[in-house]
Amino acid sequence: MSTAVAEVPVQSRVHYLNANYGIKSWLFTTDHKRIALLYLGSITVMFFIGGAAAVMMRLHLIEPAGALVQPETYNKLFTMHGVVMVFFFLLPSIPATLGNFLVPMMIGARDLAFPRLNLLSWYVYITGAAFTLYALISGGVDTGWTFYTPLSTHYLNTHVIATALGVFITGFSSILTGLNFIVTIHKMRAPGMTWKRMPLFLWSMYATSIIFVLGTPVIAIALFLVLLERLFHVGIFDPAIGGDPVLFQHLFWFYSHPAVYIMILPGMGVVSELVTCFSRKKPFGYMFIAYSSLAIAMISFFVWGHHMFVSGQSAYAGFIFSALSFAVAIPSAIKVFNWTATLYKGSISYQAPMLYALGFIGLFTMGGLTGLFLASLATDVHLHDTYFVIAHFHYIMVGGAVMAYLGGIHFWWPKITGRLYHDGWARFAALVIFVGFNLTFFPQYMLGYLGMPRRYAVYPVEFQVLNVMSSAGASILGIGYLIPFVYLLWSIRYGPIAGGNPWGAKGLEWETPSPPPTDNFEEPPIVPEEPYGYADPEHVHV
Amino acid sequence: MATPIRSTSMSESAASPLAVPPRESVHSASPALHHQFEDIEQQRDAGNFGMWVFLATEMLFFGGVFTGYIIYRSLYYSGFAAGSHGLEIDLGAAMMFVLLASSFTMAMAVHAAREGKHRPLIGFLTATIILGVAFLGMKFTEYFHKWQEHMVPGLNFHPALENLRGAPERTVELFMCFYFFMTGLHALHMIIGIGLLTVMAILAWRRKLSSENYNRVEVSGLYWHFVDIIWIYLFPLLYLIGGRYK
Amino acid sequence: MNEQNPSVGTYILVFMALLVLAALTTGIAYVDLGPFNTVIALAIAVLKMTLIGLFFMHLWYTRGLTRIVVLAGFFWLALMISFTLADVFTRPWINTPGP
Repeated sequence: MSTAVAEVPVQSRVHYLNANYGIKSWLFTTDHKRIALLYLGSITVMFFIGGAAAVMMRLHLIEPAGALVQPETYNKLFTMHGVVMVFFFLLPSIPATLGNFLVPMMIGARDLAFPRLNLLSWYVYITGAAFTLYALISGGVDTGWTFYTPLSTHYLNTHVIATALGVFITGFSSILTGLNFIVTIHKMRAPGMTWKRMPLFLWSMYATSIIFVLGTPVIAIALFLVLLERLFHVGIFDPAIGGDPVLFQHLFWFYSHPAVYIMILPGMGVVSELVTCFSRKKPFGYMFIAYSSLAIAMISFFVWGHHMFVSGQSAYAGFIFSALSFAVAIPSAIKVFNWTATLYKGSISYQAPMLYALGFIGLFTMGGLTGLFLASLATDVHLHDTYFVIAHFHYIMVGGAVMAYLGGIHFWWPKITGRLYHDGWARFAALVIFVGFNLTFFPQYMLGYLGMPRRYAVYPVEFQVLNVMSSAGASILGIGYLIPFVYLLWSIRYGPIAGGNPWGAKGLEWETPSPPPTDNFEEPPIVPEEPYGYADPEHVHV
Repeated sequence: MATPIRSTSMSESAASPLAVPPRESVHSASPALHHQFEDIEQQRDAGNFGMWVFLATEMLFFGGVFTGYIIYRSLYYSGFAAGSHGLEIDLGAAMMFVLLASSFTMAMAVHAAREGKHRPLIGFLTATIILGVAFLGMKFTEYFHKWQEHMVPGLNFHPALENLRGAPERTVELFMCFYFFMTGLHALHMIIGIGLLTVMAILAWRRKLSSENYNRVEVSGLYWHFVDIIWIYLFPLLYLIGGRYK
Repeated sequence: MNEQNPSVGTYILVFMALLVLAALTTGIAYVDLGPFNTVIALAIAVLKMTLIGLFFMHLWYTRGLTRIVVLAGFFWLALMISFTLADVFTRPWINTPGP
């Protein structure tokens, strides 16, 4: 953040970026906006580390016999890619950056309920990341991001303990963030801000926080037990003493399935904000969208066994999990219908954030529908552990969550930095990302359907064309991700000054100057009206 | 879901559109008030609520091991009963009484804090800490006995035949895993609790706690009671499987 | 949101009750009641937990939102346990090998 510190802003107004100078004012800050930026820097670093692993994997897979690394190294690459991307990028991405920055502002508060816990959560995150990066540097770990026993507890001599410890520690960062959001949203809303007047982004952050708080402890205990078993060479997952490795999978997936909803719900909240602003319309079915976030959070906890259909889990349990997994698709679909209805006859403009939002709607829908193939017990038997699964979750996590994240970063960038980025370059980057993404991952659906297993360093020659297409797409996608890095950083110093509300959007955060003052509001806000007060276009009959 | 907005600030100045008093006057009203809150009551409310949310996470954290326990107990009842019989019920019961007493002294400490009475507050906090340390002393004594009997999985598990009581050795070892993991996790939480209460006692000693900001003591109390409740379940589940009448 | 202050008398009464229940739990272990040993021990544990929760932790005196948090914790725990058990206990129905 030294660029913001070194440069004197054109306005001589004091705001959160220039209120204090020096590294200590950042490392010991309790201002939620600065903490959000600390997170932004850290997760961007982790994103590029995870991305580097992906680049190496895609380069390796250009040839059927593997082009780059030994199979053992390949195992370490996909493990690191998964661990870093899931636990250190996707899970904290929107909540810890946009959530931390916006939740108090959208609610009309000066800060979160527990600012010091907020800072602690960042330090906990960094500690966890340090353990994991230590494991990476000292030779890596090859359990897969899922740490299945008994492979992780008994049969590997890689750095399982360091990695598992890193993930365990970072889990507490999530719990603290979620706890902070729940208390803030319940107890610190501004006068007049009833639940039904909250922006939809807050509803989705609340639902996400419920999952953070109730799910993360279970993976914490699961990994803790793996650590103990690895240290003492005996434990409750050990078949030698009558233990059941599938029990680990139950505890792991009890969290990790809802975790994928942690990764998508905030993105859905961002999309609700983008779609309304860039169609100049209030959201269609506000209460449906709000309640569907809660429904997703709830039902997500009922379906974890769909990751375990072929693990030795009872088929009767499989039936139940399969049926419930179909149910969880319904609230997500409701959101897609509502966004579409919001767009209908709206006054639509295509700035970069909107391009990301539209991309999200299409790609998330594709990813979500393919999830139904996997939810269906019979088809999952064939598709499990193939590239079909990989394509499915990348469509949602990259085509969905990452695009929503980028859309949100672009949308609130002027608020965060007080500067406008160059929208032409931004739209170009969004298109490059969209094309690169589809070229990377659509072939993977086909590969999976044809039977190519995941986590394999080699493959039969007949799959080569699709793999090369996927790798070509990955190179385009990588370039697409680098472009925003350039123009966004450039804008901090050279971008035009943004006013308080460059998009003409509705919301309390847009009623403050950009960048906002440390206490967010010069006067505490009162909320007398419904949210999304965009003027209804006259010809809308919806 | 229409949770009412905090009625306190609304009723304070109902007529004025600026329903929230300016920051300076609120801040000077109490030095204990943190700047993000409008008044002490909101701060207290948020603190309590936050601790309860945290306790819910702890329920799920311990819940993972309890889940495993339930499964294996039903699959390997004889091994679990045998292992349970080998635990020292007198120590277990003594620990139960000690923790219940410590919950009582903790509740009394919170009461004293609320009333602003410093000496009872320090006294009850100290009593709670002492009882907690006594609990840990008994726990580690137990662990040491188990070590002597060669019943520690992963370290020296070679049980004498009578300790198996006819059950397969591996299932008794599985039980002992649960014994050490569950009580160990509980002891870890006790240590954290004792640390927390020590900090509270020091703050009380230095007169930093008043009837205005006593909430820290109350929040620490909630944590302490929760750890006690975990032991309330651990005692019958670990020490009393199959009864002691045989 | 006014919290009444529970009296010292209330605390003492609850503590006495807890001691009696703890003694009961221990004592009943020495009596052969077959499967009811476990049932009663757990029932007493639930009772002790309820007393501590309501009176020492002031749930009796606080508003509904906090109680919802507690119930949510129990509900999610029950969910995790019951669905996992549903797997383990139905495996024998179609001869899926267990541990």
